[in-house]
Amino acid sequence: MPQLYLEALSTYASDIDNLILLIAALVIPWFILCELIFFYFIFRFREKDGVPTEYITGENKRHKRWITYPHLLVLVCDLFILVGAVQVWYDVKQRLPDPYETVRIVGQQWAWTFVHPGPDHVLDTADDITTVDEFHVEVGKIYHFKLESRDVLHSFSVPVFRLKQDAIPGRIITGWFEATGVGEYDIQCAEICGIGHGLMAARIFIESPENHAAWIAEKSPFQLAAAATIPIVED
Amino acid sequence: MAESVQPESAHAHHGEQSFWSKYVFSTDHKMIAMQYMFTGMAMALIGGFMVYVFRMQLAFPGMEVPFYGAVTPARYNTLVTLHGTIMIFWVAMPVLIAAFGNFLIPLMIGCDDMVFPKINRFSYQIFLLSAIVLVASFFVEGGGFGGAWTAYPPLSAKAEYSLTGLGSSLWLVAVALEFVAFLLGGINFVTTVMNARAPGMKMYDIPMVIWMIVIASILFMASVGPLFAGAVMLFMDQNIGTAFFDPNKGGDPILWQHLFWFFGHPEVYVVLLPAMGISADIICTFARKQLFAYKTFLYTTFGTGVLSFTVWAHHQFIAGIDPRMANIFTVTTLLISIPIAEMCFIYIATLYGGSIRLTTPMLWALAFVAEFLIGGVTGVFLGASGADVYFHDTYFVLAHFHYTFFPIAIIGTFAGFTFWFPKMFGKMMNETLGKIHFWGTIIPFNCIFIPLFVLGAAGQHRRIYSYENFPDLALPQFQDMRVFATTALLVMLGFQLVFFYNCFISWRKKEMDAGRNPWRSNTLEWVAESPPPHGNFPELPHCYRGPYEYGTPGREEDYFPQNLPA
Repeated sequence: MPQLYLEALSTYASDIDNLILLIAALVIPWFILCELIFFYFIFRFREKDGVPTEYITGENKRHKRWITYPHLLVLVCDLFILVGAVQVWYDVKQRLPDPYETVRIVGQQWAWTFVHPGPDHVLDTADDITTVDEFHVEVGKIYHFKLESRDVLHSFSVPVFRLKQDAIPGRIITGWFEATGVGEYDIQCAEICGIGHGLMAARIFIESPENHAAWIAEKSPFQLAAAATIPIVED
Repeated sequence: MAESVQPESAHAHHGEQSFWSKYVFSTDHKMIAMQYMFTGMAMALIGGFMVYVFRMQLAFPGMEVPFYGAVTPARYNTLVTLHGTIMIFWVAMPVLIAAFGNFLIPLMIGCDDMVFPKINRFSYQIFLLSAIVLVASFFVEGGGFGGAWTAYPPLSAKAEYSLTGLGSSLWLVAVALEFVAFLLGGINFVTTVMNARAPGMKMYDIPMVIWMIVIASILFMASVGPLFAGAVMLFMDQNIGTAFFDPNKGGDPILWQHLFWFFGHPEVYVVLLPAMGISADIICTFARKQLFAYKTFLYTTFGTGVLSFTVWAHHQFIAGIDPRMANIFTVTTLLISIPIAEMCFIYIATLYGGSIRLTTPMLWALAFVAEFLIGGVTGVFLGASGADVYFHDTYFVLAHFHYTFFPIAIIGTFAGFTFWFPKMFGKMMNETLGKIHFWGTIIPFNCIFIPLFVLGAAGQHRRIYSYENFPDLALPQFQDMRVFATTALLVMLGFQLVFFYNCFISWRKKEMDAGRNPWRSNTLEWVAESPPPHGNFPELPHCYRGPYEYGTPGREEDYFPQNLPA
């Protein structure tokens, strides 16, 4: 259902959407059936003169199977949902595919700071690019993020990726994503973090390889310096 | 029974009571029930006013809300925090457990009062104190607490983060006092039902609503300890510089979440069960039917109660817990859908073959089942870890739990209140006004929350005072839905005037037109006069059969009260 309102732009976004569809396909028929029978009974068994009520305790097996069989069926549906949920969960949160790059994401009252590894693809080197409330990534590449918080709980949420992860002060939480389409979209803080919670908006810019390279070239003063130093070292 | 000796002593002074001893310092369970009921309803008006204010802000950002003024981000946080806190702890709990429990338990099990009447009075007094502390916290420097009703540290633990230092501490004190009040009440409920039942009332003869209140009290007492400890720790973190939840000094903020939800999830069932019991009793009465599979219903409830202690971390899937843990809690959470589904099936099966009369209380009871089903099925999306990654902290969650809590706290309360109003006051309510109020509440209720499901699916996250800062959410079609939901809320709040008017004119009526048993129901409270006098029964009734003997073969009447000899 999210895909009706929002593009699905990560490798696992459509898996999550499909899981939601699977759950909907299993629970909505149950819901409709229950409500239909419920309302049918209300109309069918309205009070009528001279029609006595039936004396059914529901304690004998012949009657009780009307609730026993449905609830066994509910159990079967639960099993399908469980398998789907765990598969998707494993893919999104438990496994960590090898990254192309690692970025650092820091939440604080009330802004997101993003540290890109820069031209050398290595975090914590001199050519890192730090941006605030703007997150630039390249489409089709696997990123790891190291999520931190400086003060209170925040939650890093990118709806088009279907990704959400709380940031906790004192911990570094690693996760991953791989974008599948370009564009500019919202990043939210999804955990209440004080009076500026409603201001803690950022934007993600998912860029084609050329545009992303251009952005790095523009933002990284170190790139020119680094290029200039290399021949000197070789000399 | 011999146990009724103790309450006798508390009722030694029948007859001429002063205003203070009758209405304020009463030990009569019915008066205490009314105190809880009307305190809860007053708090509901405050909580309702808050939702009016912040929904107006969401529909028309930046407007001067009539009767309030502009909603700043700080005030917005305070409003949503206290709306949640009040509606759960100061409305659902006092009305469903304390008010109905106090009123119904002695009457339905056929004794003259609670076994500990003075503890009962003390329980209400502490509850009232807690309500006063909470309301006072709105007016202190910095305003009321604004860190959400879940009060996650570090935000709730440090004044420099929350900017509501005193407000957060008072909030904690109020919540802790409220827990003390309900612990005292819970001890009373369980003891009374176990020890003071009418002679002949066996375990399976106890009306379902009483069982539900007892099980809810047990769940509450078993789960509240960890959160109480957590509240003390958080209070010390706030005020004397301890660091239980401060990661910079070796504490862990996630610990609070475990303590909170270890209580918080059973708490859902604490308020759900009384509402389910109320609906079960009403449906049986107006369908003229036995509760289908009474024992199965009861054991299912026990099962639900036990399971409810094993699901708490589904609130924390993405909170930074070990991802492998999510799998365990997905299993337990999906398992709990089975007993709840079973209970819904039992309601439906109870209707089969009945002779259904759609009175106002019956409409509320049926609406409880129909609406709660929506809350139930949408919960599956959130219990499945993989889907919760997306839905967590969106309006989908918000709409889901309002589809559970609204049927519980509002629909369940109206069902019980309209059903037992004749017993409480000796007068019938107006049926036409009752039905206008019913439809005027139910239709807008769905109009409020269905758009919020859609907004949640579109990624709208919670506790945001204005979506103007989020371009993907500030689209006009989404704003239209917010306006629609707010409009529906205003309509729903407006229709509540019909309810209060109906209460007022019914209460003012001269004639006592209810009689002892206006609904031709079986349980023992209908044996007493309406309203029941101090001491309830002229002579304590004897119980001969189960509570739902409707349409018993070989009997002319279609009901068979519990107190009639065979």
